[in-house]
Amino acid sequence: MLRTIGLRPPTLPPIDLEVAPATILTLSGPSGIGKSLFLRAVVDLDPNEGEVSLGDRFRNKTAAPHWRRLVGYLPAESHWWRDRVRDHFICLEALPLTELGMPPESLDWSVSRLSSGERQRLALARLLAQTPQALLLDEPTANLDSDSTTRVEALVREYASSRGAPVIWVSHDGDQCRRIGDRHLLLGPDGLRERTWN
Amino acid sequence: MELIRLTPFSLALTAVLVLLLALLSYRLHLGVGRRLIIAALRSTVQLLLLGMVLTILFDQRNPWLIGLITLIMLSVASHEVTARQKHRYAGGWGYGIGAASMLLSSFSVTLLTLLVIIRVEPWYTPQYLIPLLGMLLGNTMSGVALSLDNLSRAAWGKKGEIEARLMLGAEFGEAIREIRRDALRSGLIPIINSMSVAGVVSLPGMMTGQILGGSPPFEAAKYQILILLLIAFGTGLGSIFAVYAGSARLFDERQRLRLDRLNSSAD
Repeated sequence: MLRTIGLRPPTLPPIDLEVAPATILTLSGPSGIGKSLFLRAVVDLDPNEGEVSLGDRFRNKTAAPHWRRLVGYLPAESHWWRDRVRDHFICLEALPLTELGMPPESLDWSVSRLSSGERQRLALARLLAQTPQALLLDEPTANLDSDSTTRVEALVREYASSRGAPVIWVSHDGDQCRRIGDRHLLLGPDGLRERTWN
Repeated sequence: MELIRLTPFSLALTAVLVLLLALLSYRLHLGVGRRLIIAALRSTVQLLLLGMVLTILFDQRNPWLIGLITLIMLSVASHEVTARQKHRYAGGWGYGIGAASMLLSSFSVTLLTLLVIIRVEPWYTPQYLIPLLGMLLGNTMSGVALSLDNLSRAAWGKKGEIEARLMLGAEFGEAIREIRRDALRSGLIPIINSMSVAGVVSLPGMMTGQILGGSPPFEAAKYQILILLLIAFGTGLGSIFAVYAGSARLFDERQRLRLDRLNSSAD
């Protein structure tokens, strides 16, 4: 269970939220409302107030690097700091490359030749390789074609259920939210509310 | 060998050369003529004053007065370090980090030199202390300013990369390791370069001065070697301290990258 307790990122009201294990929660809302700021606050990248817990572990009592390994955050834009893809991976075993439609030799590619979709999928593989216990995904399929989108959705669903990981998935695509989400929330200026489709 | 004294006429003649250069800059629309003249005037006034102050100071044996002069030198150097930053540390931290790094490097190296290497009696004899400290401060200042500027610029420009590494669970020191290393290199390259070409391409300023002042060339060479090695050590020590303190200041206790601790731009 991932819980935020009065978590208050900059410019947002306090947010209380619970995501059960093996549950995908979709989060949508207008651009610039602060969805990314909320996810950044969960992994403690900006100064914020409040608390987050994962299982019986509390964020403010956990060393920040350790916490960020437990709660894996995939930002909308991935960043790479070395030339070769391989050098960004801490662990090279059991990488879900084929599941993502990437050939195994893509590890030896140079980062500069990757397309934005390839970057996005490899960034997800890089994150999952560290086996986080919860996932925060910020528009993980924004640059992907429909085939790759399906692959990512299936992979995340499989990861969530096999590891019992709570997942928050930010998406602008209503159809995608209905396809993958178990619960749906909408972030507005007043905070969170349930989103329903009739 | 007799010291040939420079007359005001000889100085005036060289000043005319700089004026000609400023005129040329004006004709070529380089836009640096004004700054050139101001800088030339500054250096003239500052050095004449220094000459007068040193004349008085060299007769001094009061350690407190000499200590005060060294502190003034340090504070001017620290101010200069801050002035050379594109992204300055907010709240006096840039000044503080600069001052601490130079205090640590220049002062300790000067002290070591006076006490152990040259063995001046008493160690605070201004004729040795002030020029040595000045030479070290001037050079560590460049190294510290360059390293800090490179560090804060790179952190500013590579926010995404640093944070990507933090998100994957890196400690802050690991997330900024390459940036720190590059910043440190940039601070040390000038002294490495000047040591490599010393005596082959360039005749170092101090040695030239000593030879023109009538010292035997071999004695001048020994002093120059001493100074170069001391500068290299001092610059390295100062830059390392500045870069480590500066990069630690970029992160808070939760290992978040805090670029809000830098001012956006200081131009």
